[in-house]
Formats: sequence, C-alpha cells, structure tokens
Amino acid sequence: MTVEEDLVPEVVPGAVPSDTLTVLGRVPEGASRDEVVAHLAEAARLVRRRDLQMVRAAGLGHIGGDFSVIDVLVTLYLHAMNVTPDQLDGPDRDRFILSKGHAAAALYTTLAMAGFLPQEQLRTFMQPESMLNGHPARTKIAAVEASTGPLGHGLPIAVGTAFAGKLDGSRRRTFVVTGDGELQEGSNWEALMTAGNHKLDHLCVIIDRNRLQQGARVADTNDLEPLADKLRAFGMEVVEVSGHDHSALLDVFAAVPAASGRPTAVIARTMKGHPISFMSDNVAWHHKVPSADQVEQALAELEAK
Amino acid sequence: MSTTTAPAPTLHDCRDAWVTTLIELAEADDRIVAVVNDSVGSSKLGPFQERFGERVVNVGIAEQDMVGVGAGLANGGKIPFVSAAACFLSARAMEQIKVDAAYSQHHMVLVGQSPGMAYGELGPTHHSIEDLAWMRVIPGLTVVVPCDPTETAQVLRWAAAHDGPVYVRIARMPVPDVNPEGYEFVPGKAVLLRAGADVTLAATGTAVHRALDAAELLAAEGIDARVLSVPTISPLDSEAIIAAVRETAGIVTAEEALTSGLGGAIAELLATRHPAPMRFIGATTFAPTGSVGWLMEHFGITGTGIAAAAKDLLGR
Repeated sequence: MTVEEDLVPEVVPGAVPSDTLTVLGRVPEGASRDEVVAHLAEAARLVRRRDLQMVRAAGLGHIGGDFSVIDVLVTLYLHAMNVTPDQLDGPDRDRFILSKGHAAAALYTTLAMAGFLPQEQLRTFMQPESMLNGHPARTKIAAVEASTGPLGHGLPIAVGTAFAGKLDGSRRRTFVVTGDGELQEGSNWEALMTAGNHKLDHLCVIIDRNRLQQGARVADTNDLEPLADKLRAFGMEVVEVSGHDHSALLDVFAAVPAASGRPTAVIARTMKGHPISFMSDNVAWHHKVPSADQVEQALAELEAK
Repeated sequence: MSTTTAPAPTLHDCRDAWVTTLIELAEADDRIVAVVNDSVGSSKLGPFQERFGERVVNVGIAEQDMVGVGAGLANGGKIPFVSAAACFLSARAMEQIKVDAAYSQHHMVLVGQSPGMAYGELGPTHHSIEDLAWMRVIPGLTVVVPCDPTETAQVLRWAAAHDGPVYVRIARMPVPDVNPEGYEFVPGKAVLLRAGADVTLAATGTAVHRALDAAELLAAEGIDARVLSVPTISPLDSEAIIAAVRETAGIVTAEEALTSGLGGAIAELLATRHPAPMRFIGATTFAPTGSVGWLMEHFGITGTGIAAAAKDLLGR
C-alpha cells in the first residue's frame, strides 16, 4: 500500500464512540517516585485513547506523530514544568512550544489532562469554529504559547522566549519539541546558532526522534546524522533518552538547565504510532485515519497496557 | 500661492527619527528591544546600541530566526522592534511574518528599512518594491508608511503601544517635512494635505511630497487637485477614499513601490464600493540599473509624472 492510499476513510458519526477523558490532573505534590511514574503512565494511556477517538471522529489528524510525542508532553505538563492553569499569565511560568504543530491532538488532549482546557472541548476537534484547529493557535487557546504548523517556526520562537527570560534574569525554562524531519528546515539551525552563541541555558530543545517523516524514513530523505554531534557543534548540551520512558524523561527535564551556558538538546528516541502494534514505526501512519476495526484493536491494545 | 521662490526645503533621512524615537521609547519602557540581522549600521541603530547594548538582539544574517525570535521575545513580555532592510525582512521571513507575527497577533513591530528603490544601483535584489503588496494582504497586520520624520516618530510611538503586529516602512530616500505643525497620526486614517475638487492624488511615503509638487504643477494649469496622504495601507481609510472619488473625477495613486501596493489596495476597494477612473504611479517592473533619483524619474514617481497621470485621467 502506498502512503497516500486510504488516508481519510468515511466517518459515520454514530459509529464513533463519543468518549470523555478522565482528567487526572498534575501529579499530586509529595507523590513518591513510583507514584509519579504510575500517574504519568496512566495519563499517557488515557491521552492516547482519547487522541485515537478524536482523530477517528474528525476523520483527520496525525496519529503517528501524536503517539510518538505524548509521553514527552504528559511528563512535561503533568510534572516537569512549572506551569499551572491558574498562572497562565505568570511571567515566570515555564514555557512550552509544540513546534511540530501537526501533533495538535496530542497537545490538546494533554492540555485537557492537565486541566488547561475543558475536556468537553476535545469533542470539537477540527469542527467548524472550534478552538481546536488542526494546528494549535495561541489566539484560540490561552495555554498555547505559540501558533505553529509550518515546520521550523517553534524553535526560533522558543529562542526569543528564552532570550527574554535571560534579559529578565528569570529562572523560567522554555521547552520546545521539534520533529526530527522538521530539522531539515534551515530556520532551526539559524535558531540553534543563536541559542548556542547567546548561551541560553534555560532553553531545552526536545527532538522527537521517531526517524520517520511524512513520506519516508528521515534517513532515506535527507539524513540528520550525526545529529548529536551537530547539536554539540552548535553549542548544545546533548542528552539522549528513550522518549517513551517517563522515569528517564523526568530525570532529564529535572536537570534543565543541564549545563551552565549551554542550552539542552534532548534527543528523545521514539516510535511513530507507539505502542500500537500495527502503527508503530510504520511510515503509513503519519496522517492516516484508523478504520472502526483499527480503532477497536488499538483501544484493546491500550487497555492491555 | 506666493509668487516668490520658496527656499529649497530641508530633506531628512527618516531613519534618524526612527532611532531617536526608539531611544526615547526604550528610556521610558524597559520592555523595548531591537532585533536585527547584522543590521545595526543599516538601521542606524548605533546610538541605540551604545545606550542599550544588551537590548539589541543580533541574530546575524538570519531573517527567519530574527522574526521568530521577535515573536518569542513578545511571548516573554518584551516589545520587539524587528529592524532590517525591507527587502530581506519582507521576502526572506514572509512565513514568519504571516504566522509568528500576524496570525499569532503578537505585539511586535516589523521595521522595514531602506525600502522601495533606496538602494538604487545595487539593483532589484536589494530593492523592496514588493513589500507593500505582500504585507497588505496578510490578515491582521497593520501596514504603515510614514512620509516624513514627524510621522515616522508618531507611528513608532503608536506601534509601541499597540497590542498587535505592525509593519512600518521607514524611508531612507530623503524627504522634506510634509505634515503641518500639530499633526497627529491616527492609524487607519488618511490625511487631507490639500483640498481640491477636480482630481485626487493619493500617495504614501516618499511619494507624498511628490504628489504635493504635482498639485502645484496642476494648479498652474488650472486643475484643482486634492492630495491625500495615506500612511496606513492596511487597514485602508475607505471613507476618505470613497469621499474623494465622489467629490473628484478619480484617483491617481503614487508610491515608491509596485503599483499593487497602495494602488492595488485602493483599486480593490473602489471596484466593489465605488468604481471610478484611476491611474497608477509606481514601479511596474524590476528596475533597470540606476540611482534612486534616476529610478524615480524612470518610473515617473515625480511631480511631473504624477501630474501627467492626473491630466491623462481628466482627458487633458
């Protein structure tokens, strides 16, 4: 099957389970390490479940890239970042920017899970007049720090945000997630140069290294390797981690700023479509919409986790 | 009119008003920062850099990064003035202007320096004749072209206080003082510089004083030309434009840009609201090699050229 086939099967509205999201909220203060990890794992499972149904209901979405980045998002929003729904205007809040804006459903579901967005809104994903556009917009959702979608925008914005923090002597951190294919856009390397030269050590660039882009493997398209060496050459402190290991991600994010005078670059090794058997590491699932049977199978696999 | 020969007016580089105003703004508000692409010199920001060195964010020759960083600085609570040669700012960072500034509705000021054909002999790669046409079609982006130093300063003060994205085009080609004493810039409003009932000359930026020259030439031939200065290209002052075509025979537009800038904007408005005869003065092709003064003559962006277009419109 080619990648372009069968992207948008006809959706029968009544056949779509109109699920709700059980909102777990941030990890409670004082939770033990095991409790933190268990909370994040369950949140990630619920976020994937809801994301799957949203994409199915909308008949549109980018489920492969959603599932590769959800563990990073959940770890950041439910524990690692210093930002809560009641301090969205706080100047010293940690910032998050999803540069790979096509993973919007993953962001929206995570924001709902963390209490930044009423979970009922998730039903409106990509519906007319919804605040949940196919790519996130800061003018539509208060918790969205930057409007993204075209690739190569989020990282320069994050550099500006981090620069402002440095000028203010703020301890706030700026996290930005880029795709790996996205790093083919030259604007990212302009921004990395700026970040390194200006020693923006409160900036954390997370690369969702799922090794796939829309049409093919990154390595077969315009390869990034040796990625860690390139990032180091641009002045980054490079950390490599499994992007699906909540415990490991917690340690990495807690350590930011990881090196004085050097921004942190996290290469998060992930699988597109993780952990669904028929989606995982499969280039066909960039923006394919699951059939009703595939939704059932995927839900069953998530249930068994 | 007086019959004595008036002394030649003093001409100004509007970049001087730009940097003076930015320093005043920065003194009063520590959120003001300048973002540049190795353009401190070409933006005449030297005195600003001396005073506020750490508030100059120089990303080097990297325009996409420059505008994105500007948006991020706005997210971080700063008021960024992103200043670069208009040709590179508008074309090289077009998607960042669209998405990071306009679609995002960030409070940031994009400052297009040395626009139009100011770079003369350096040629069309360095001219910015397209920027008005490109910028004016981006939703949510206010586009302003001051015509003299006073207006330049007022527009910058307004933009610093305006919670939204603004593109300001700063003239490098010297211009005289045009607006009367006590003038106050109002965003979205055209300025009636000369009343007239026969034909309207609507001009922006460096073409405004040339339209006034044209009105003098026309007066000598018994033609009573109205002169409208149009600093805000988007949103356009539709009331003033429509009143002008109701009250005169038609409009000649004039700009140091492709005629799809101010001219195109007025034509779109009139096509749907009040069709009227028009003539367009501005660049129509990539420029041949020549100095800026020679190029203005070449494209007829002169008092004589504008007056000739007005007579053509009137069938005289």
